[in-house]
Amino acid sequence: MSARGPNQTGWRRWMPGVRAGVIGVPYLWLLLFFAIPFLIVLKISFAKMAVAMPPYTSIVAYVDNAFTINLNLGNYTQLFADSQYVVAYLSSIKIALVSTLLTLLIGYPMAYVISRMSPSARNIAMLLVVLPSWTSFLIRVYAWIGILDSNGLLNRTLMGIGLIDEPLRILYTPLAAYIGIVYCYLPFMVLPLYANLVKLDHRLLEAAYDLGAKPWQAFLRITLPLSRSGIIAGCMLVAIPAVGEFVIPEMLGGPDTLMIGRVLWGEFFNNRDWPLASAVAIVMLILLLIPILIFNRAQQRELEGRLA
Amino acid sequence: MSMPRRTSWLGWGVLLLGFAFLYLPILLLMLYSFNSSRLATVWAGFSTKWYGELFRDRQLLQAAWVSLKIAFWTATASMVIGTMAAMAMTRFKRFPSKTTFGALVTAPLVMPEVIIGLSILLMLVSMGGLFGLPSKGVVAIWIAHVTFTISFVTVVVSSRLQELDRSLEEAAMDLGANRLKVFFLITLPIIAPALMSGWLLAFTLSLDDVVIASFVAGPSSTTLPMKIFASVRMGVSPKINALASLLVLAVSLVAVLGWWISARADKRRQREMQLAQQENG
Repeated sequence: MSARGPNQTGWRRWMPGVRAGVIGVPYLWLLLFFAIPFLIVLKISFAKMAVAMPPYTSIVAYVDNAFTINLNLGNYTQLFADSQYVVAYLSSIKIALVSTLLTLLIGYPMAYVISRMSPSARNIAMLLVVLPSWTSFLIRVYAWIGILDSNGLLNRTLMGIGLIDEPLRILYTPLAAYIGIVYCYLPFMVLPLYANLVKLDHRLLEAAYDLGAKPWQAFLRITLPLSRSGIIAGCMLVAIPAVGEFVIPEMLGGPDTLMIGRVLWGEFFNNRDWPLASAVAIVMLILLLIPILIFNRAQQRELEGRLA
Repeated sequence: MSMPRRTSWLGWGVLLLGFAFLYLPILLLMLYSFNSSRLATVWAGFSTKWYGELFRDRQLLQAAWVSLKIAFWTATASMVIGTMAAMAMTRFKRFPSKTTFGALVTAPLVMPEVIIGLSILLMLVSMGGLFGLPSKGVVAIWIAHVTFTISFVTVVVSSRLQELDRSLEEAAMDLGANRLKVFFLITLPIIAPALMSGWLLAFTLSLDDVVIASFVAGPSSTTLPMKIFASVRMGVSPKINALASLLVLAVSLVAVLGWWISARADKRRQREMQLAQQENG
């Protein structure tokens, strides 16, 4: 990577209008459709459900020359009073953490092996890693139904070779949700790990070997600590969206896989309780805030080219 | 830089298992689209009848057409806006509230889809046609898709912008070209492959989304993933296998083609750079 030259000031020679536009268009778009909507979700989470369109009450009122703001905390007290919601939050976090760990355990060795291949071979290998994530996510989840079903390919194969007598019940259990999440998110783990490992300076490892380190010692004391930022980025890319995952638990997990994304969906689409769905979203955002900020900082450094 | 070594047996084993895990489900899915039995897991002989049924399903084709149109316009808008964001992040050293800007650009990468879907819907509904924005329907889906795909384009394009040798841009500016001219004559041709990958990525993300689209679609518009999702909830259907196989095939072809084109362009540029250096050397 080229260092920032002394000509840096020359880059300010944008015509003012162009510069403002280049920053302004994406800024305004994301402010309007990504940031401000969160404030509206926050507002509606303090409203009450109503039979109207839109189906919630207004939280501000102007009656008898008095301007009143009516904050209804009922949605939040309901979230904490009804154990169903608390259990759903905790189980989402557990499922996300376990699947992230599994993804790391599968993804790290893959990224490591690929990063040490010849440049042309690793380009092809990375294309092969990324390719499935370009094909439909929905279809990749769907593919597992035919495999994990009690009459599916896995059970028939296992019974065919006499390993089991009774079909294993995997589909529509939490185990199937774990498999689905690990499968769908694996490329998002391998990608940042590979990007990090490929830049590893191998002279460090050679020096360690020269000093008598065993391969596993060199790995634990050099490769692993140096790949920390890749591990963090990969884990965040998997864990944060996995907490709010809806499609995978819905299609593979069955009724026992309680996740908060499904609860939000149910409140919105089945109960048509928009204020409660908003409160569910706000609490989820608060839980995810710190991981998102960690991810933001790391990613921003990456985008600006300030690599650690 | 890492020195390539010969991959060990253990290494090959890891890769083989990893790729088997990634590809076996998709290959099995494609294989069973040629199954003559309705039971998607019991092989009963070769048949292409599900492909025939697929093309007679007008509703499904209609939804596919809607999805393709949304994906095309999403990818196009996202490519433009995402490239602007990438230029802002990599080329402008600092500007007011750059940290906020960075947060806005990176957060959609990890934000759970249910939250994006819900928040954009509530935004559009409570703005209620304020700026002539529709609260539901195809245009609403387009707005939502552009919003969550911009960040992916920005990541792809900015990694390319960082690799780019800035001395080329600086030389052009020393010769008196203004920034806009430098961007269109020097920068844009070099980052074009990244723009293409960004466009394709946004296209596939949009074509794939079921959660966000469900929130903002409204009763009148249905996209292909929404159709697939509804039919998969009813159980496995070989027709969906056939559709999936066609999608996988199309995406793989485009991805491999895109990769090949950009690899070839890379090689040619490297050769030209070497030649230029030799001539100057």
